[in-house]
Amino acid sequence: MKIYRIHALICAGGQCISAGGDSFESALKKELQAADLAEEIQIVETGCMGSCEMGPMMVIYPEGVVYVRLKPEDAEIITKEHFLKGRPVEHLMWRKEEGAFPRLEEVPFFAHQTKLVLRNCGLINPENIEEYIARDGYQGLAKAIADKDPKLVIDEIKKSGLRGRGGAGFPTGRKWETAYLQTSDIKYVVCNADEGDPGAYMDRSVLEGDPHSVIEGMAIAAYAIGAQKGYVYVRAEYPLAIKRLTHAIKQAKQSGVLGQQILGSDFSFDLEIRVGAGAFVCGEETALLNSIEGNRGEPKKKPPFPAEKGLFGKPTVINNVETFANIPVIMTKGADFFQTIGVPNNTGTKVFSLAGKVNTTGLIEVPLGISLRKIIFDIGGGIPHNKQFKGALTGGPSGGVIPATHIDTPIDYESLNSLGSMMGSGGLIVMDEDSCMVDIAKFFLKFTVDESCGKCTPCREGTKQMLNILEKITSGQGEEGDIERLEELGNTIKQTSLCNLGQSAPNPVLSTIRWFRNEYESHIRDKKCLCNVCTLSSPVKEVKKHARKKISH
Amino acid sequence: MNDVNIVINEKHYTFPGNITILEACNRSGIAIPTLCYLQGVSDEGSCGICVVKVEKSRTFDRACNTIIFEGMKITTESEAIYKARKMNLELALAHHPLDCMTCDKDGDCTLQDLAYQYGVKKSRFLTEEDQISTLKENAWKDNPFILFDEQKCVLCRRCVNACMNTAQVEAIAIANRGHLSKVSTPFDLPLESTTCQFCAACVQACPVGALIEKTRVGKGKLKDFTKTDTTCAYCGVGCNLSIYKDSADNLIMAKGVIGDPTLNNGRTCVKGRYGHEYTQHPDRLTTPLIRKNGVLEPASWEEALDYTAKRLSEIKEKYGSDSIGVLGSSRCSNEDNYAIMKFARATIGTNNIDNCARLCHSSTVAGLAKSFGAGAATNSYSDFSASDVFFDIGSNTTETHPVIAQIMKEHLRKSDCTLIVCDPRKTDITKHAKIHIQHTPGTDVALLNGIMKIILDEQLENTKFIEEHVENFDAFKQKISEYPLEKVAEITGVKAELIKEAALIIGKAKNMMTFYSMGITQHSTGVDNVLSIANLSLLTGNLGKPGAGIMALRGQANVQGACDMGALPNVYSGYQSVTDPAVKEKFEAEWKVTLSDKIGLQATLFGEKGLTGELKAVYIMGENPLMTDADITAVREGFDKIEFIAVQNIFMCETVAVADVVFPSTSAYEKYGTFVNTERRVQLLRPVRKHHPNVMDDWKIVSRLSQKMGYDLGFDSVQDVNREINKMTPSYGGISMERLEKSGLQWPCPTLEHPGTPILHKEGVTKRPNQKGLLHAIDFKPAQELPDSDYPFILTTGRILYHFHSGNETRRTSVLNEFVPKNYVEINPLDAKELGIQANDLVIVTTRRGKLELNAKISERPKKGVVFIPFHFSEAPANILTNAALDPVAKIPEFKVAACHIQKK
Ligand SMILES: Cc1cc2nc3c(=O)[nH]c(=O)nc-3n(C[C@H](O)[C@H](O)[C@H](O)COP(=O)(O)O)c2cc1C
Ligand code: SF4
Ligand code: SF4
Ligand code: SF4
Ligand code: FES
Repeated sequence: MKIYRIHALICAGGQCISAGGDSFESALKKELQAADLAEEIQIVETGCMGSCEMGPMMVIYPEGVVYVRLKPEDAEIITKEHFLKGRPVEHLMWRKEEGAFPRLEEVPFFAHQTKLVLRNCGLINPENIEEYIARDGYQGLAKAIADKDPKLVIDEIKKSGLRGRGGAGFPTGRKWETAYLQTSDIKYVVCNADEGDPGAYMDRSVLEGDPHSVIEGMAIAAYAIGAQKGYVYVRAEYPLAIKRLTHAIKQAKQSGVLGQQILGSDFSFDLEIRVGAGAFVCGEETALLNSIEGNRGEPKKKPPFPAEKGLFGKPTVINNVETFANIPVIMTKGADFFQTIGVPNNTGTKVFSLAGKVNTTGLIEVPLGISLRKIIFDIGGGIPHNKQFKGALTGGPSGGVIPATHIDTPIDYESLNSLGSMMGSGGLIVMDEDSCMVDIAKFFLKFTVDESCGKCTPCREGTKQMLNILEKITSGQGEEGDIERLEELGNTIKQTSLCNLGQSAPNPVLSTIRWFRNEYESHIRDKKCLCNVCTLSSPVKEVKKHARKKISH
Repeated sequence: MNDVNIVINEKHYTFPGNITILEACNRSGIAIPTLCYLQGVSDEGSCGICVVKVEKSRTFDRACNTIIFEGMKITTESEAIYKARKMNLELALAHHPLDCMTCDKDGDCTLQDLAYQYGVKKSRFLTEEDQISTLKENAWKDNPFILFDEQKCVLCRRCVNACMNTAQVEAIAIANRGHLSKVSTPFDLPLESTTCQFCAACVQACPVGALIEKTRVGKGKLKDFTKTDTTCAYCGVGCNLSIYKDSADNLIMAKGVIGDPTLNNGRTCVKGRYGHEYTQHPDRLTTPLIRKNGVLEPASWEEALDYTAKRLSEIKEKYGSDSIGVLGSSRCSNEDNYAIMKFARATIGTNNIDNCARLCHSSTVAGLAKSFGAGAATNSYSDFSASDVFFDIGSNTTETHPVIAQIMKEHLRKSDCTLIVCDPRKTDITKHAKIHIQHTPGTDVALLNGIMKIILDEQLENTKFIEEHVENFDAFKQKISEYPLEKVAEITGVKAELIKEAALIIGKAKNMMTFYSMGITQHSTGVDNVLSIANLSLLTGNLGKPGAGIMALRGQANVQGACDMGALPNVYSGYQSVTDPAVKEKFEAEWKVTLSDKIGLQATLFGEKGLTGELKAVYIMGENPLMTDADITAVREGFDKIEFIAVQNIFMCETVAVADVVFPSTSAYEKYGTFVNTERRVQLLRPVRKHHPNVMDDWKIVSRLSQKMGYDLGFDSVQDVNREINKMTPSYGGISMERLEKSGLQWPCPTLEHPGTPILHKEGVTKRPNQKGLLHAIDFKPAQELPDSDYPFILTTGRILYHFHSGNETRRTSVLNEFVPKNYVEINPLDAKELGIQANDLVIVTTRRGKLELNAKISERPKKGVVFIPFHFSEAPANILTNAALDPVAKIPEFKVAACHIQKK
């Protein structure tokens, strides 16, 4: 390998690119050419670095200098000052407080994170398998094949305590074991990269920034359960992810870590990409499998679970992108190491997309069990304009609100559930004193109403009726009994919907009623929105956009 | 299967595994409300009404689709469960109008029952404007069969699943998502432009009044109707129907009887569902008629019977018994046919008795009897599911045996079974085939020989079966060697590779079921065709096992029975030969008359023998040869020469119009008796409506007439006839009407204890004297009339889904007649282009026998060079054109091949 004096890591995550990252990059390349530095300074296009709001970003090693919000015209000064004269350009650097310019590791946003899933994101070129391999890539697979019988792989995953990161938190090892125990010549491994939660984009970042970690995780799963074929189901709105994954699959096949007789063994595993049509419910596993089979993307009753009878009726392990990305780490570093991260029963990390009323937004990876306070204040830098923190919504559109009184709650599957919320895919939206909780609930419910597949009555009709009531309340036509009706509807929908979309759809409403009932009451009784968000006593108005929309590409 | 122990409402129960909570509760007498669930059809669990609490489960579970497991603890009633059910009910009712008072389904509606049970007067979510329904225009608007009132729909999806799982069609589906979901057709196309077959399985499945037969709207509610279960009177499938009539004896609607999975189990086709209106049609004959001065005039029964008795007796006296010909009928019951068979043989003294099986499956009766010693379909619907290959040749199954096609498609969809279809036309069933061989009409023997040669060349024959159960293998093999693939490809006009591919699949099949119908039998080589089919099953050992055999699909509802009853010129009931002295003696002893041992005339010779003067009188029960015979112009000439014609019928059809005496009879929905379906299942026919006081059952007319002619048939009731059938027919020995009250029985069923015979020739042991199957060396012979420069096209005729045979019933059923009101000719687009013919153009089709003017239907279904005309339309009867060339053995005409000329008018 060629030795360079300086490595310039330019974030090529979707958001940095759309913020102008690629024009900056070509400007920089031109400058380096002109200054005759192309041989000394290597530009590496990396995956998402996480702090998307600060993009386009560039990190310069060895110093760890972080440049943010770069424009093409900045290329000249960085080349002249930093690369030629060794003087970092301060006005373009990440600034902690007046006069302090932290190195990447010192930026609080990064310092409090623990990166397992995102271990390579922002560090390596995702289009180069060599770079992945150089960072222990495909070691886990090699180890699994070389000295472990499939059962031992499953035991290792079980021991690690890894739970599915797609939302439900089902123990991954147990899922694999079920599939392993089925007698069938044909089995499948499917990666759920549908990422339907509009506020979440960690799966996309992993696929864009470190696709091989997912491929490797899937191959290990296939080896463990005895599958020959896998599918990655990616939503169509992720063209870059699809491109990088396609490229990575090709490279992996060329390198003998995918395809026929992997690493010279008699284990073969082939991988195919399926592009999803984009409905939220297609992320639900049975709907997703239906969709791969070419049927209408609608959930099916469970049991039988996919691990028993999944794709084309065969045993199928379906896991989330983030879940798979954890697997190589467990295989190389061991279950014991993995257990040291997080808390018992909630081991490892979780990636969140931090959004809303918080100073630094972006993708963060933290050990499970961390408190909400730490995330919001230490990593996110607190609430802008010194406003009051009011609550945080976890679990995306079907999650619930955690009120300020519970800010020290540890973030783990069980605690979130007991507060009426859930982990979900990792959306985390922070709300300040100006956010009307009824309006927030209405916004999220509207999302699920639109996304309900319509198969079952409670979800199809019930959520719509809840939304009708919320629209009445927020426009000043609420009446006594509406809150109770919402609760009654919500409980029936939770109890009797066919899939988890319906079963969790009432969460935003029920949890806001639980913690902020007074806000509902003031809308209904006093015809007053305490936060002045809703315009009461007038016809139903356009819903105010509170949560971040899916960041455009 | 392991037993599963569960607890329901704190009581312990044990069940065999794999059943649902709902099933477990049903078996334990615990009521669970359901709405969207329909057993065997729909278990998607959409409504959420059947929810119960399972211990440790995070949510409620659906009783209808949750399978029980060991140790499961279930609670079926609690306040929370009650509330959830009631809430879901209110949600189902959120847009449902308060229309019960004016709804046809009032009193027959699951939603209404649930609302009553849960005390929901009005859903809290129902808006002002939804309270009264306003019929929206939708894809159901123009078809005459089915109405869809969207506002009443609760989106239970039973219709969609019925279309998929019952009808096997998928014409309807759920469009849109979420609260915008609705039942719809693809792209909202009018239903009649989709693949819909109008079987109305969707209507039968709908728990509310959303989907409903247009024909019943406004005609009453369930409480106004009387229901009777009977057997469908159309095709040989023999669907069990529940038919509903109003207080004025009008038949209003029909449902498929649900419950017996070996039968139609709820299925019907459009004719079974809608085709009963004719029974109350004003055209029904209600008085005997006698021709006076050339005109048919009303007469009393006594007068008509006396006159007929006198004329027949005179003719018998003057010209001998064999100058009289008699026709039984595939549309009449076993009892009717037995009575007329006895009348012909004992009263008149002739074996000149036949029925229209002559025109459809006489080749089968003759051919399969030669090969296996019994001329009937070998297997049952219920064992199709054991097949891994279906070989369907010469059968437009979807249209002519719609419910068999549904059963076949279900198996194809649920298993890896492969379908091979050989048919000159691209009919619906070909869409489900892996291979469609579109051979030239009349080349079946060559095709089958070619297939068998490949099987032999590839050594795929079943040597063990051949050694143990087959004779004449060497001569057969010798003959087959004369049919190399290239030659066969040339004769049949089919690509060699396709034939080879099919042959390999057939040769490798574990259990192959062969299906065939008139595409095989209606040829001058009909018997050869059938023998070749039998050869194939003997060669591959596909006989006498579940899933392996030959389903000769019989056309009419009781064509099997008419033959079983001996309405054939060579046999008494149960195929006992008239030439066998022992048989003759037996019948003579019972009937106390001297019987003839001379084989009688076949129906297809009646016209010819009339012309030559050998036949002086004919007596016809329920048939219409002047419409259904080939070359009817010639037949009519012969009938004109016949001195005396008497008929029993329900309508003034073509043949009735030339009769000297007409007796009005009861229709199949007005009589008590038995029918036999194409799997040899004898089933009860129960009177659904009262008949007109001045019409009579067919067996009774024959009995009265016989009495007047001086011979008492000895029948005072249908039961009397049935008892004699049991007594005189070994294979029917145990088929008593009392037993049939419970369920049908498949012959042979020799004793009252015998359970019936679902599969013939068990283990390859045939009914021939030496119990072996006989292979035949068959040469290919071309059809009698081939295209030439004057008549360059091949004309083939047949049936369509919406009409039946000579059309007397279906053309008098307004919905069916409205839907397909007139005849047409199907022409391949390539031919149409060459001839400058466009869709609906009037064209003239000419053969050596006659010509017809028809509208052209440009269609990919016939292959180039072939045209197709249905034969149901009396204004444009296809049989003016057909060739009366007969099979030398079976005397079946060549309906399927004639040379014709086409030109634009
Ligand atoms: C409405 C709905 C949407 C879902 N969307 C996703 C998704 O986009 N990505 C995902 O990984 N899991 C999604 N899930 C969860 C999956 O059903 C499934 O639990 C997951 O793929 C299993 O993987 P894991 O065990 O690795 O979490 C969704 C579930 C529901 C009910
Ligand atoms: S809960 Fe909603 S999304 Fe899930 S099956 Fe029911 S209607 Fe479809
Ligand atoms: S009538 Fe039959 S084919 Fe047509 S939509 Fe209904 S079920 Fe399907
Ligand atoms: S039309 Fe009838 S069967 Fe079909 S979904 Fe609606 S209510 Fe159910
Ligand atoms: S009857 Fe079970 S969900 Fe509808």
